Amino acid sequence: MTTPNSPDVSLRHFVSTEPFDPKAVTKIAPELERYFLASQWKLMWWKLKWHRLAVFSGLFLLVLYGTTLFSEFLAPYDNHTRDIGHIYAPPQSVHLFHDGEFIGPFVYGIDYKLNMVNLKREYTDNPNKIQRIRFFCQGDEYDFWGITTGRLHLICPAEGGTLFLLGTDRLGRDMLSRIIYGSRISLTIGLVGITLSFFLGMIVGGIAGYFGGLIDIIIQRIIEIMQSFPQIPLWMALSAIMPLTWSPLVIYLAITIILAMLEWTSLARAVRSKLFSLREEEFCTAAKLMGAKPSRIIGRHLLPGFMSYLIASATLSIPTMILGETALSFLGIGLRAPITSWGVLLNEAQNINIVVLYPWLMLPVVPVILTILAFSLFGDGLRDAADPYK
Amino acid sequence: MITYIIRRVLLMIPTLLVISLLVFIIIELPPGDYIESYIAQLEAQGEQANPELLNFLRQQYGLEKPAYERYFGWVTGMVQGDFGFSFEYRMPVSEVIGDRLLLTILISIATIMFTWIIAFPIALYSATHQYSWGDYGLTLLGLLGLATPNFLLALIMLYFANVVFGTSIGGLMDPEYLDMPWSVDKAVSVLEHLWVPVVVIGTAGTAGMIRRLRANLLDELGKHYVTAARAKGLPGYKVLIKYPLRVAINFMVGDIGHLLPSVISGAELVAIVLSLPTTGPILISALQSQDMYLAGSFLMFLSMLTVVGVLISDIALTFLDPRIRLDQGAER
Repeated sequence: MTTPNSPDVSLRHFVSTEPFDPKAVTKIAPELERYFLASQWKLMWWKLKWHRLAVFSGLFLLVLYGTTLFSEFLAPYDNHTRDIGHIYAPPQSVHLFHDGEFIGPFVYGIDYKLNMVNLKREYTDNPNKIQRIRFFCQGDEYDFWGITTGRLHLICPAEGGTLFLLGTDRLGRDMLSRIIYGSRISLTIGLVGITLSFFLGMIVGGIAGYFGGLIDIIIQRIIEIMQSFPQIPLWMALSAIMPLTWSPLVIYLAITIILAMLEWTSLARAVRSKLFSLREEEFCTAAKLMGAKPSRIIGRHLLPGFMSYLIASATLSIPTMILGETALSFLGIGLRAPITSWGVLLNEAQNINIVVLYPWLMLPVVPVILTILAFSLFGDGLRDAADPYK
Repeated sequence: MITYIIRRVLLMIPTLLVISLLVFIIIELPPGDYIESYIAQLEAQGEQANPELLNFLRQQYGLEKPAYERYFGWVTGMVQGDFGFSFEYRMPVSEVIGDRLLLTILISIATIMFTWIIAFPIALYSATHQYSWGDYGLTLLGLLGLATPNFLLALIMLYFANVVFGTSIGGLMDPEYLDMPWSVDKAVSVLEHLWVPVVVIGTAGTAGMIRRLRANLLDELGKHYVTAARAKGLPGYKVLIKYPLRVAINFMVGDIGHLLPSVISGAELVAIVLSLPTTGPILISALQSQDMYLAGSFLMFLSMLTVVGVLISDIALTFLDPRIRLDQGAER
């Protein structure tokens, strides 16, 4: 006997009643779709954003470079203002309260006395002199980028008072102002140098990678030889041959060229190896089969593929350049006195006996280390994000 | 094996020749010669230069000959062990640089040893404890080491040694040994002073080494043979010691080529700050006074150190790594 309720019936084949559309594509979640459709650079940005430390370092660098545009406004004194009454004055600390009474940010005036026994300059805080720090005030006159002259500063000392937050140097110049001005040279020298070596590396590496064969072998050997030179002695030798009579601008340019001379090799190597591996990819063969010219293949298909790597590795070699400039200027064979850079400032700290007496001369070390650290972290983040498809 | 070594040594010769040519060009570039800067120096002191003496000096040192003749003279002299004459010290270059070069080599080797001893356990820990607090902390410390330029570190250490301990850590031996011949006491004194420059020069290299070694170990640890060994029940530390560690040792030996140029560069700068009796301080003064043979020989020796160091590390690698030995070193 058969009933309609046999087990076969409960397992009846399911047929969807919806109309069948052979052209329909599997739907994917909108988030995933956004991810698939995003461009390479967008993916990189998303990946970089995850790297908090790198983003933070990047912002820090952005602010740092931003300040170089307004050094004149930010620095309390002019770069070359000399206060002969306050030579080697120690840093003044900012106070808010005097005798338990709120006054606002101020510094105590300093009294100067020459110790006649050991001829040491002695500065003491004078609690009777309360010098309130002024903000958005009129101070030393400066020439703003050759456009206008101004007197407006972010902070200035009280009228007739002093404001040496990081002390003064051998000529009574404010260290803080000089560090702010020095960042202009120290920070840009890395950028200019890396741009130079970036182009040099791309061209030489591109030639080696594209032509291959004998040219490649020769270029490889040259790079190997260049890399076996110890960097600092070679930089020392090259900058020692700069005539003393050159103007500051020429010396600045010469130093960037010297720094770029060795740095391009690693970039050229990266370009070459990337070109070699990408040349064999299918998309490249496809483009070739479709009749694309070499210039189009390189510019349109190959270059975008490894541009991100290059930018990342260029970022990672900026610190070497900044350090190179600092080291050379520190030794006195890089940039010289009328120019202000962190290395030039540190040159004053070369003598350990002076540093022990006036330790604040070593303070330019701090921005150097912070900048290098920020560049390394940011470059690391960039490098991790450079290949978003991994 | 032997053919490989011979080939590597032969390949070194053209490299050294190109380097010598570059060095010669660099020391020839500045306008004028030592005699001219010597005259300037005499005149600055208010003295008159004796033209006969100057002419004699010029002829003696062959400064009038064309550049290519002097280059060949210099190179052939170097092959025979004659490195030319230092104008400033008035004695043969080899006598000026002998001791100093020895100390530079000593410091470089000690620094590389230091780098290995410090970097190895730290990288091992970081790689086996990836993304732990210890790993993050050590990575940050390494970055800080990388970011602090070593000549500034030397300056900071000098300062604190002076302020805290009231001693000077500059120099490489106690002052009384400076001009004495080598003896046991002098060697002990050198060893006592050696750690400061070694630590200072080593920091940046150590930090870089830790990062590279860690990445290398992580690559190895993710490979299937490690999983297989673990799946068969080998205890964790044994897995580590048996396989990835051996690969890491190869890597460390091969990394000398990376490390050596930066160690030598660092050593020069730190030597100037700490006033060590190595090549650094003399090199810079030789460069500034255009004492060309002295400066040239220094540059030549420093690059030669790197080239020879890389050669040694390559040969050591062929002993350590059978893959290279069997390939006859076609691909490095």
